[in-house]
This record gives sequence, structure tokens and C-alpha cells, in this order.
Amino acid sequence: MARKVTGAKTAIWTAAAWLVGFIIFFPILWMMLTSFKTELDAFSTPPSFLFFHWTTENYATVQERSDYTLHAMNSIITAGGSTLIAMAIAIPAAWAMAFAPTKRTKDILLWMLSTKMMPAVGVLVPIYLIYRDFGLLDTRIGLIVVLCLGNLPIVIWMLFTYFKEIPKDILEAARMDGATITKELLFVLTPMALPGIASTLLLNVILAWNEAFWTLNLSTSAAAPLTTFIASYSSPEGLFWAKLSAASTLAIAPILILGWFSQKQLVRGLTFGAVK
Amino acid sequence: MKNLIGAALSAAALLAAIPALAETTLTVATVNNGDMIRMQGLTSDFEGKNPDIKVKWVTLEENVLRQKVTTDIATKGGQFDVLTIGTYEVPIWAKKNWLVALDKLPADYDVDDLLPKIRDALSVDGKLYAAPFYGESSMIMYRTDLMQKAGLTMPDSPTWDFVIDAAKKMTDKANDVYGICLRGKAGWGENMAFLTAMSNSFGARWFDEKWEPQFDTPEWKDTLTTYVNLMKEAGPPGASSNGFNENLALFNAGKCGMWIDATVAASFVTNPKESKVADKVGFALAPNKGLGKNANWLWAWSLAIPAGSQKVDAAEKFIAWATSKGYTELVASKEGWANVPPGTRTSLYNNAEYTKAAAFAKMTIDSINSADPSHPTVKPVPYVGVQYAAIPEFQGLGTTVGQQFSAALSGATTVDAALAAAQKSVEREMKRAGYIK
Repeated sequence: MARKVTGAKTAIWTAAAWLVGFIIFFPILWMMLTSFKTELDAFSTPPSFLFFHWTTENYATVQERSDYTLHAMNSIITAGGSTLIAMAIAIPAAWAMAFAPTKRTKDILLWMLSTKMMPAVGVLVPIYLIYRDFGLLDTRIGLIVVLCLGNLPIVIWMLFTYFKEIPKDILEAARMDGATITKELLFVLTPMALPGIASTLLLNVILAWNEAFWTLNLSTSAAAPLTTFIASYSSPEGLFWAKLSAASTLAIAPILILGWFSQKQLVRGLTFGAVK
Repeated sequence: MKNLIGAALSAAALLAAIPALAETTLTVATVNNGDMIRMQGLTSDFEGKNPDIKVKWVTLEENVLRQKVTTDIATKGGQFDVLTIGTYEVPIWAKKNWLVALDKLPADYDVDDLLPKIRDALSVDGKLYAAPFYGESSMIMYRTDLMQKAGLTMPDSPTWDFVIDAAKKMTDKANDVYGICLRGKAGWGENMAFLTAMSNSFGARWFDEKWEPQFDTPEWKDTLTTYVNLMKEAGPPGASSNGFNENLALFNAGKCGMWIDATVAASFVTNPKESKVADKVGFALAPNKGLGKNANWLWAWSLAIPAGSQKVDAAEKFIAWATSKGYTELVASKEGWANVPPGTRTSLYNNAEYTKAAAFAKMTIDSINSADPSHPTVKPVPYVGVQYAAIPEFQGLGTTVGQQFSAALSGATTVDAALAAAQKSVEREMKRAGYIK
């Protein structure tokens, strides 16, 4: 009897989870469906869900009008590059703050976070001027630098919280066994911090991929990533919803696939340390 | 090995030298509108005529483009060689010396053929600073079948009283048909473009001759009350979030009896591929109140050269090509006369083939001719511009006031409170900017 109740409960919870999942996924699904509609179907009321004239003409138009490969490559290089640099700076920084805190560590952490409190547009003109003088406008390096700096505070904070969860006793035990700092880092700390590092890395890639303020303002064509590609299909005067949806679907495809394959790490990392 | 490196180096040097010798690359920033997309498709014609110039397009959504281009031109970033800007920016930017005057246009360009109102709007001290690519005004688009059903005939130049009466009679809420669709979404280029133009026909103005804000006058109260009441009685639900696109979708789906908006919409609503009511659309001038001004605006998407560009000559050649009579003929030969960019040249409206192909041609030119950016209002004003005041502060002011008016439409605030709040915030900003004490 008891088992039956559990079974029914599980079924309800599963159904509820699927429902919530579907609701969250629905806008993306709708965008994908719209990308296969004609422009006339795309804004018809009431909207048609599945029974419309399916077409791939929007994808053909988008391919013809824009250089998708170039924009996608720019996105991969800038998001990937900025993430690697950010991680290279953030891991030692978070490590030092977690394992060798001083009395100023908390202030430093808060100060780093405070840089995210100012709206980005407030520093647009100074950064634009610096970039102009250094010839960094519309270059991949320029975007990598700005994305890396923008994400650093969040990355350091995330890593810091993960590192703090690692019990210091384990490190002491390792030292008692005669491990050097290098060995301690490589064989004790890294394996324990790996899920945290992996999820921070993925989150950083996603943040850099989706960043639309700096990438739109600091690039024009040569270094323009997928955000510019999407923006070129949005229009306040003219109904191009199907084409816009096709462009958006193409833009999120790579990151969606990456997320799909790494969701285990992502979830594990995000909930890491949540339960003690 | 040494040979190999040497060979590679000289090959690289050669490769690097070729573009420097052969060509100039122009970067053109433009908006994602149908006519601009068509122009991109025809770039090869320009490149064929000018083999030493290559064109690179940067197409962006209007608001993104405006922010980006403004940042670039204000810092002299030099990212663009040709900009697509509107009649609002041209006089402001020209006065700041951000634009290069177009005084080297070729003789066969025929500057005098440009529509005088549009040419005026793009000139400062008699010098042309941008060439119009397409021009637009606003007008009434209405459903001929619903008008007939209501037992009414639309005059060429209706009054507001007629429009209000017709809107009420055409409304059939049970069948999801609304007498009138108007912009309600907040923004200086959204609801304020319409409401400012509407207020001109009611005898209102943004500022008096001494730059004192005028939202506390009876004319503004009359404008806003009429608008809110009309939309409550005969407008679609949720109108306070409707902009151009939302209304276009409603109209094309057959849910609007009348729609007052940009003349460029005429080609969309009469296109059977996009519209379910393509064969039942009529056009009329925007309404008036018998005070001598119609509620229509004037806008021209235009091409200009930023002062930071290093390729002024090539850029001017491109602008001359894109806004020439030859370009119009090129589009006509490839895509038909109905698709040529409208509203820039007198000769186009004297062309029998065009007026035959485009049913909305006459109403478009009449609308453009009846808007006067230099004398937009019944009473005198110190600013230029019909649906805007060409001062740098207007974007911010227009959006703040637009939010108040949008709230009045949705019922979140009253007409009186919205006007009082508008008056207060505009007064504060104008004091801060030093126009008034």
C-alpha cells in the first residue's frame, strides 16, 4: 500500500516537473516553430501551433544575407578566449582568498562585486575612446578583454564559494603526509574543486556568449559575434518575426548543444555545497 | 628553411599590398528596413560601376544603430563611412560639425529634384548634410468595406470629428474588429511621434517661443483627452503596448477599421503576401481640426558622411548612387515600380508608371507636402521638426512624456495627472539644460 502512494506521488511530481520544464522551455520552442513559418503565419491571430505551412525559406534568406559562419566563429573565439583568460586569473585569486584570507579579503570581494553595480552604459564613452586609441574597436582581442573583465567578478565569487567548501583538514592531512604545495594543488585540491571549476567555466561561456551590450557597441563587422547577427534582423518598422526567429535559433544552437552535453556538470556545480 | 620563410614573407607582403593598391572599403551602417535590405542586394551594381570601391554593410535594429552611431560619431571613432540617420539627427549633428557637407555631388544628381520639404529638413544654412534615401509622412489607412458597412464615405482630408464618428461606427468588439488602431507604446519615436503630430492639428505645441513647456495648456488637454477616449471606445485592448509592428499585424489580420501611421506601411498593407485585407484598403490625409494643420509627420531615412571618415570621396560617390534617379530605375527594372524607395524626388511622382503601380503614391506625396518641419504648429515655435523638436534633449524628454501618456491610455493615471507630470519633468530638464531660467 505504502509503495503505491509513493508511486502516485512520484508520478505527480514527475508530471509537475515536466510541466514546469515545458513552461520554461516554451519560449525557445515557440521561437524555433516560428522560424519555420512564413511571415504571414508568424503573426497570425490566433497563432497556429503545429499546423501551418512548414518552410525553411527563412533559413535560406538568413544564410544568403549574412555570414553566419563568421559571426559564429567570432562568438566561439571571443566567448572561449575570454573564459580561458578569466579562469586563469580567477582560479589563483579565488584560491588565495579561500585558503589564505587576510582581514581585507571580504572588502576586496565586495569591491569586485560593486563594479557590476554600475550600468555598463556609464563607462561606454571612456572605454570607446580607449579602444579607439589602442585600435581595439571591432577586433576579437578587444571583445575578449572586455568580456573577460566584465565576467571576472562573478567568476571569482563563484570559485571562491566552491573553494571555501573544501575542508581545510584535508589539506592539513596531505601536508602531514609530506605533500608539497604543487602536489597539494594537483592531487588534492584540483580533483575536489573540479565540479565547481567546470560549472563556473560553463556559466562563464554562456554569459560571454549572451553578452549583448559591449559586443554590439564595440564591434561592427570583422569581429561581430552572433549578438550583432541577431540585432540585424530585428526591425521596429516591418514584420520580420520569422526571419528574426530563424536568426535567433541559429545563434543559440551551438550553446544549446554545449549545454545539453554538459548539463550534468552544470547542475552538479550549481548545487555543489548547497547541502551540508 | 630560410628560403621557405623568405618566400612566405614576400607572399604575405604581396598579399598585404594588393588591397592597399586596388580598393577602398566603405563601411555603411544602416537600419533593417525593407528598402535598405533591397539596396544591399543591389550593391553589385555600384561596385561594378566603381571597381575600386567595395561596400561592407552593418545592418542593425534602429535603436541599437542610433546608440552605436552616436557613440562613434561623438568620439570620432571612425568605424563608419556612411551613416543612415533621420531628419531628427541631421540638423543637430550638422551644427556640431559631426557631418561632412555633401557639396561634391555630381552634376547629373539633380539636387533640385529632391522634394523641397525633405531637402529643407536635411539642410543647415543652405548646405545639404544628408541625402534622402526614402521619405515618409503619416496618413490614414482604412478598410473600404467596413467604411461602406458603416454607411460612410471617407473624404480625402477628413476632420477629427469624422474620424471619431467613423471609428465608433466601425467598431464591432464581438467580432474582434476595432474602429481605430493607434500607437500607444511609450517612446519618442513611438507614441510621441503620433501624439506630437496629433497635437499640432489641435493647435498645441511642445514649447512657446521662449522654450517654456506647454503641457498645461487647454490644447494639450484636448489632444490627450480625445486620444484616450477614442482609444477606450474604439481601440483594441492592450493598446498601450502597441507600436508600428503590433498595429501592422492587427491591421493585416483585419482587426482595425482605420490606422494612422507611416506612409511606408501602405506597401505592406496592400501586399497580398502579407495582408489578409490587401484589396480593401483606402488612404486619406491624416485628420485635422480645421486649424490649418493635419496630424501627419515627416521623416526621411538619409545617408550622411561622419566627420571622422577617411574615405569621404568614395562615400559621397556611394551616397550619390544610392539616392539617384538611376537607383530608382534600377529597382524598378529589377523589382517593379511599386518597390522603389518613395518620398524623395519630385520626378518620381511625375512618373506615370510609378503612380499607376503604387495606389498610395498620391496620398503619400500629398501627406509629405502638407507637413512643414519649419512651421509645424498653429502657433509659432522656436524649434524645427513636426513629430519632434530637433534639440539633443528631445529623445529623453519624448520618452519621459511618452511614458506618462502611455500610462494615461492604460488607465494607470489620469489625463490631468499625466499632463501635470509631463509639464513638471520637461520644465525641470529644460531648466537644467539652460533653455529657461
